[in-house]
Amino acid sequence: MNTTLLLQRIFDGIATGAIYAAVAVALVLIFKATTLINFAQGEMAMFGAFITYAFAVQSDNGFLNIFLGPANENIGDISFRRIWVSAVLAMIGSGIIAIVVERMLIRPFDPDDHLPVVLITLGLFLVINAVAGEIWNFEPRAMPALFPDGRLDVAGARLFYDTIGIILVLALMLGGLFVILGKTKMGLAFRAVSSNVESARLVGVRTGRVLGFGWFLASAIGTLGAVLVAPRLSLQPIMMGLVLIYALAAASIGGLDSLGGAALGGLIIGLTNSVAVQYLANVEAFKFVQAAPLILSIIAMLATLWFRPSGLFGTKRVERV
Amino acid sequence: MTIAEEESDTSRPTGDIMLSVSGLNASYGAVTVLRGLSLEVPRGEVVVVLGANGAGKTTTLRAICNMVTCSGEVILDGANIARSNTADIVNRGVAHVPQGRGTFPELSVKDNLLVGAYTRTDNEVNDDIDRWFTKYPVLGERSNQAAGSLSGGEQQMLAVSRALMSRPKVLLLDEPSLGLAPIIIEDLFNTFKQINEEEGTTMLVVEQNANLALDIATKGYVLEAGEIVLEGVASDLQNDPAVQEAYLGA
Repeated sequence: MNTTLLLQRIFDGIATGAIYAAVAVALVLIFKATTLINFAQGEMAMFGAFITYAFAVQSDNGFLNIFLGPANENIGDISFRRIWVSAVLAMIGSGIIAIVVERMLIRPFDPDDHLPVVLITLGLFLVINAVAGEIWNFEPRAMPALFPDGRLDVAGARLFYDTIGIILVLALMLGGLFVILGKTKMGLAFRAVSSNVESARLVGVRTGRVLGFGWFLASAIGTLGAVLVAPRLSLQPIMMGLVLIYALAAASIGGLDSLGGAALGGLIIGLTNSVAVQYLANVEAFKFVQAAPLILSIIAMLATLWFRPSGLFGTKRVERV
Repeated sequence: MTIAEEESDTSRPTGDIMLSVSGLNASYGAVTVLRGLSLEVPRGEVVVVLGANGAGKTTTLRAICNMVTCSGEVILDGANIARSNTADIVNRGVAHVPQGRGTFPELSVKDNLLVGAYTRTDNEVNDDIDRWFTKYPVLGERSNQAAGSLSGGEQQMLAVSRALMSRPKVLLLDEPSLGLAPIIIEDLFNTFKQINEEEGTTMLVVEQNANLALDIATKGYVLEAGEIVLEGVASDLQNDPAVQEAYLGA
């Protein structure tokens, strides 16, 4: 076996896996807050990536430039400061959009009746996609680079700065998320609401605010994932379709209510895609994998759920009376 | 708390009544559960509401916390709290241990207590946690363990400790004996009595287990089909033939 090739595939797998992990973590956050799968998560993230683009590339406003740094018509010459400040603004902006969506479209409905809410998130998927297409059209666009161009050579395999950057940024994001949820009062309230809404209300938690907080975090994290993936996939309204499916598989593998599980699930899916597809496609019986790499992720998900219906780290609810 | 003060100025003198409920109606959809229920809980005392399944015991407590559609008057320490937001009611000093414990199973024992102090802004929260850990060493030993891993009796102790973490004026207990072994129930009621005596916590307990509940109470009400049909001093109720037949199995 060619170790350089294997290493190369592992690097690629971890980087794409980290992006699936980000979207999977966003899905899990909303699942923990509201016990529903937000099928619009990918589209909300895509919209956030477009907001980043709008700030970084499409605006040249004297006031904004104070924060963003100078505008530049050539995408390749846009400063890292400008793209990153734009990304942070977009994370906040998409978080605020998510708060409004939760308040106006999700909360009015009975949370125990899942079907209407799921249909609403599917509707949101279509609406956000159409709105993005209306504003920015459906042509793929180049997204400014987020990390310096260049690479390290590790045993002959190319480790791009971009790959290292993606992994570092998402590891930091995950660490920050654990600190927010584990150490802050709002984080404690969030965990309480996701464990037992009624009791949370009975200790004086304003559950509505906590739900808004969860949606804000999820949307901001999803946007970060989309911004990181945009330079690879090209910025376009359909960019997150497949990513969402991989992220759903990742969240199911990790356990829908486990943030760490979702992150690990993302890496499993990323590595499966990258490593297994490469090697299986050379085996005659698995030739079909090359045509439909998605199938491996689905098989990985089904295999996990077959043995562990609540995923690797999901909670099996046991009520003691 | 200015609203509370204004309201307490205009309302009638409450004397030593901590919680007073009058003309309480509650319904789930078209089904009426409470019909003009009234009761009073004197400061520092334990009051018990007895009733069979479906009499409206749980609904009474839920109505006090505005967690069910209801009308009527709920006065806490002189202030009208009826139809306030549940979080505000908790903030004003009502702690509610719901039926089935209502602990947070995925959270650690310590986090359960911390979240119980959610409405507090003082810096004695950790002292209070230590106090409960000393009082109930089993909670202290398992402070980092998920609450869901505790036994039923331990969870009930945790639920009560958590409720007291908010330093409430009144503690509402919804059938604390449900699903527990008799010997554990006895321990539990002794603990309630102890808390009442040591902390001076006012309690409103709804129960089917009449004997133990009346033992620690000063006053009792009997609830049937959403109405109070009998009230009196706890010891009198214990000797009342009708109560004995219906709730004491005599």
